Amino acid sequence: MGLRIIVVLAVLMGVTGSPTTTVRPETTSVDTAAHPNSIPEMAEETGQNEVFSEEEAAEDVMATGELNPNHYPAQRAAKVVQHYLTTRYGSPYRLFGLHRVHSGNAEDVGDSGRKYQLEISVHEIISNTTQKCSAEVFFPHGQKQESPQVQASCEELLNISTKAQEEALYQQYKMNQTLLSAQNLPDSHGHIEPDMKLLWHLGIVASSFIMLKESSENTLYNMAQVANITQLETEKEQLKFNCHTLLHDMVSQEILHWKLLFAWSPAEGVKVLQMEQLPHCQHCEKPPNTN
Amino acid sequence: MRGLLAFAALLVAVIAKESFEGHQVLRIIPKDDVQLSLIKEMEDMIHFELDFWRDVTGVATPVDVRVPFHSLQSVKIYLETQDIEYSIMIVDLQVMLDEEQEQMVSVARAPEPRNTDSFDYTNYHTISEIYSFQDMLVAENPNLVSKIVIGQSYEGRPLNVLKFSTGGTNRPAIWIDTGIHSREWVTQASGTWFAKKIVTDYGTDPALTAILNNMDIFLEIVTNPDGFYYTHNNNRMWRKTRKPNSGSSCVGVDPNRNWNAGFGLPGASSNPCSETYHGPKAESESEIKSIVDFVKSHGNMKAFISIHSYSQMLMYPYGYTRTPAKDQAELHSLAKKAITDLASLYGTRYTYGSLIDTIYQASGITIDWTYNQGIKYSYTFELRDTGRYGFILPANQIIPTSQETWLALMAIMDHTYKNPY
Repeated sequence: MGLRIIVVLAVLMGVTGSPTTTVRPETTSVDTAAHPNSIPEMAEETGQNEVFSEEEAAEDVMATGELNPNHYPAQRAAKVVQHYLTTRYGSPYRLFGLHRVHSGNAEDVGDSGRKYQLEISVHEIISNTTQKCSAEVFFPHGQKQESPQVQASCEELLNISTKAQEEALYQQYKMNQTLLSAQNLPDSHGHIEPDMKLLWHLGIVASSFIMLKESSENTLYNMAQVANITQLETEKEQLKFNCHTLLHDMVSQEILHWKLLFAWSPAEGVKVLQMEQLPHCQHCEKPPNTN
Repeated sequence: MRGLLAFAALLVAVIAKESFEGHQVLRIIPKDDVQLSLIKEMEDMIHFELDFWRDVTGVATPVDVRVPFHSLQSVKIYLETQDIEYSIMIVDLQVMLDEEQEQMVSVARAPEPRNTDSFDYTNYHTISEIYSFQDMLVAENPNLVSKIVIGQSYEGRPLNVLKFSTGGTNRPAIWIDTGIHSREWVTQASGTWFAKKIVTDYGTDPALTAILNNMDIFLEIVTNPDGFYYTHNNNRMWRKTRKPNSGSSCVGVDPNRNWNAGFGLPGASSNPCSETYHGPKAESESEIKSIVDFVKSHGNMKAFISIHSYSQMLMYPYGYTRTPAKDQAELHSLAKKAITDLASLYGTRYTYGSLIDTIYQASGITIDWTYNQGIKYSYTFELRDTGRYGFILPANQIIPTSQETWLALMAIMDHTYKNPY
């Protein structure tokens, strides 16, 4: 048994590649992170080191201890950080993608849930810059599904200011004679009209609130498509939008339909006012947008 | 002839800005000489403004005439009172011209390529366009490419496999499939590109030439044709087959949970409405059974590569169990080489490992079955991207994706060729 663990550990080390360091880069702390410790290391006999028989349940024992950054437990937790950053800092001119997981660690917090500590690189899509982040993701294990809690500190997250562009867009949308409306962003071929791109970005930011809320260790959410986004009358200086969004959960492979009502202003960012999941309807098919 | 006349009429209409709204084209058949001369007399009735498309010739020979709307009633009364037989060939000429115009414009937008050199690899295509491409490729390369129909989909579409071979009998072979999940459009598009790449590189690229001089390559581009058609015409996000499930209003089986390896174990759903429904039994789907039968009867497959999107991953067995594959070490290091080669082109980063470690537990999957059949180099790809566009990857990424993926495929094929077993 001991030999097997050593062999597997050796394989894991070889696979992980570069040695993990725990030196944190200089961060402009956006959120203060408390670091509880005192976790018995490697005493876990039921971690991913053990080899299981074929009959293991779908709710398999999740990885604990040091994680392989290539494997899904760390990747899923890191994706949650992406959604969190998007909800917090996203705008039509700022969107995040997960670039890479450098290292990860998971530990049980009693019975209340599991906490992941991650070193990741995040890609800001519009400025095409990548930066490192340290993050913690806590997945509560309750009777009913609860949202994960995230804390993240990234190097220079808000270095590139988008204030001016956002303000200009905001004014433009407020002055619209006809309210904006778009369908199928992107279309079947991945195409988006240039003047609809920013609306798509807004839809992504708003959808990230849902993806964050719905995430667990057994999901991995990405945007599938903004089916419909419609601008409503401006109310109290806030632009308002109705949005029908399609989310893809990699683990179940399902496409989830959600309807959202959200507001946006440069000052407040995106705020989701109402969200509602639409029933999974196999017959709810409309012809895709043809170009 | 009629088309030409219609086109001429259209031309006239365009030039003269005339409308043929309500005009009808009548076919008149004179029974005898009396009727013949009566019809001939109509030519002189200028006020009718008749336009003879087919002139009077002889008895029992049809006469076709365009009648303007204002003359219709009078002309018909004239014919009927004389007991002259006629039928209405065109009920409303303008409607017909409008339809033809529409058709001509739509054809002009996407002209059929005449050969695989003029095929547009930078765009997504329909199933009929891809099937035409396959036939053209075979016709252009009869000594290298042939098409094998390994079976039929549920809705009766042919399951086409391209065989690339320079001869021999039942040589050791490599199998590649794309499009098993229909919504993963970059894969069918890449498969098309790979087909062209193979014929282009044979004889010019030493590595591929060596492979094909000793091995065969089988390529199934549209592995789930019913699903693919459905993504074009109904639901862009359709994944499964299109076979109805008895006792349920939900359609389709996940073809990548339908294989006979760990079938029905955790990692697939028993709910027909689920995207990962494994089906009533292993190999229940003809799309899968056909491949199984083909592989078994071939008996000499040495590598099997099943291509999906998205996530940017290269994975080897197993999906249904954490028990490492016997050849894990070799599969792992080959995967590492393949994704390193892939990244060398555009810097695209892939993760890699066993399926169950890298993405999730999945049972009844392709490569678990092929590996258990003894096909050691069994791999599955998840191509671009990592979620920004997901299944609806912009068409301008088709070629870069194909090019980088090809490098990984070459690494695997080359290793297979150099490590016979």
